[in-house]
Amino acid sequence: MQSIVSISNLSKTYAGGHHALKDVTLDIAPGEILALLGPNGAGKTTLISIICGIVKASSGSVTVGGHDIVTDYRATRSMIGLVPQELTLGAFDTVWNTLCFSRGLFGKKPNPEHLERLLRDLSLWGKKDSELMTLSGGMKRRVLIGKALSHEPSVLFLDEPTAGVDVELRKDMWALVRRLRESGVTIILTTHYIEEAEAIADRVGVINDGELLLVDDKLALMHKLGKRQLIAELEQAVDSVPDALAHWSLDLSADGSRLTYTYDPHNTHTGISGLLQAIREAGMVLKDLRTTQSSLEEIFVNLVKSK
Amino acid sequence: MNTYAVRVIYKYEMLRAWETLLQSFASPVLSTSLYFVVFGSAIGSRIEQIEGVSYGSFIVPGLMMLALLTQSISNASFGIYFPKFTGTIYEVMSAPVSFFEILLGYVGAAATKSLLIGLIILATAGFFVPLEVAHPVWMMGFLVLTCISFSLFGFIIGLWADNFEKLQLIPLLVITPLVFLGGSFYSVSMLPPAWQTVTLFNPVVYLISGFRWSFFEVSDVSVGLSLSMVLMFLAACLLVVWWMFKTGYRLKQ
Repeated sequence: MQSIVSISNLSKTYAGGHHALKDVTLDIAPGEILALLGPNGAGKTTLISIICGIVKASSGSVTVGGHDIVTDYRATRSMIGLVPQELTLGAFDTVWNTLCFSRGLFGKKPNPEHLERLLRDLSLWGKKDSELMTLSGGMKRRVLIGKALSHEPSVLFLDEPTAGVDVELRKDMWALVRRLRESGVTIILTTHYIEEAEAIADRVGVINDGELLLVDDKLALMHKLGKRQLIAELEQAVDSVPDALAHWSLDLSADGSRLTYTYDPHNTHTGISGLLQAIREAGMVLKDLRTTQSSLEEIFVNLVKSK
Repeated sequence: MNTYAVRVIYKYEMLRAWETLLQSFASPVLSTSLYFVVFGSAIGSRIEQIEGVSYGSFIVPGLMMLALLTQSISNASFGIYFPKFTGTIYEVMSAPVSFFEILLGYVGAAATKSLLIGLIILATAGFFVPLEVAHPVWMMGFLVLTCISFSLFGFIIGLWADNFEKLQLIPLLVITPLVFLGGSFYSVSMLPPAWQTVTLFNPVVYLISGFRWSFFEVSDVSVGLSLSMVLMFLAACLLVVWWMFKTGYRLKQ
């Protein structure tokens, strides 16, 4: 399938010398939700800003829908909606006026029915005549989403969409993102909330210090890099791991009451049966037994740390 | 051409002026009326006619230019600076609009507001002094060209400024003195010869002179020269704005 957004060898060095993006290459399929994970200053916003035309690339190229973002900017920008990280809204405009402004700015003729539908979807219809400065932070965030969707874009960039948003609204936004994807909109979101990527993304890209470390299907990523641990709680604490169990490279907790075995769940032989037998033979009595799966967060932290 | 974008920018800017009606229209009219009272009536009654024109009437074109220049610059500079300041400029920068369309929207609205203010001041002047316009088409031509040129200049200031102080710097420290020293309240011929020569380096002299000619057929320099100077200023401003958009100066990193 042809990519809707194609980024080739994109680099950006700011005037001060900061190398914000380093040779980034990425293809995004139509209709997918891609989450770009990365710590602050990783280059996520720079990447989005270049695609949207706000920042100039130092080298490399980007196409959206097959159109180059520089030579055919009208075509690419018409397809893109952007929800910025900051709550950047004019204080004295009304919700309705600001949406009308956004739609016109992107070259679309007025369509009150579409805007009404949008405001109802965002639970903002009752506030359509309110001045923006009177709205809460969560409402302003929704207004920004409404503005970005006012011209019916096929690609939506959400830059930290749930930063500073309460849990309930965050879940509402995730639901909205899923609904948009169902309507065929491609969504690229940046976040440092791992659970956000885990909850809604199809693919996850990890970016750090301007480099795209990896991009993979979310489940495949967890499958490939996710570790599982077997945690055995002992009836009686021990001073050290018995020699008979040395084969399994166990970790003993500081108080000596818990043994942790890390294994790859995809191996044919995980070694769990042998370990349990060896524990019994060593005369140790188990109080409890449980397993844990490493989260996307751990994978992300490990990836960033390893670079 | 993205005409919808031009329309919404223009409408948004005009709406802003409408919502701040007192600040946008009443304030310049009031201050100009005060000039008429002080210079036209109080002082003007003690001054002889200048080149056959009563002093009160003589200062009308200069006062209109003073208001036009300051209003064009402040309207246009604030119009583009404020979205930069609040961060909402991201939307314009990420929209499918060309620099010419952005200019049409912002500068068009600023020039329209200044033009309206100019016409309101002209009407207000009629209450204080007898007025007749010898060349109405030329008068409108100078009026429109001045509004567009100085709105463009204001737009440049708005793009250049990165704080509110800079936004006020050029209008207060450059434009206002140039207008006052550009023959708003006197004829250049009334100055000593040396100062007459110095004054000719002031570009506003040409604007006021040409504008005054369209009213009373009296001028300090030829009307052709005045028109050329306005057109040159317009071309220079267009060139600077084009360069600013091309390089992304203070807009794109």
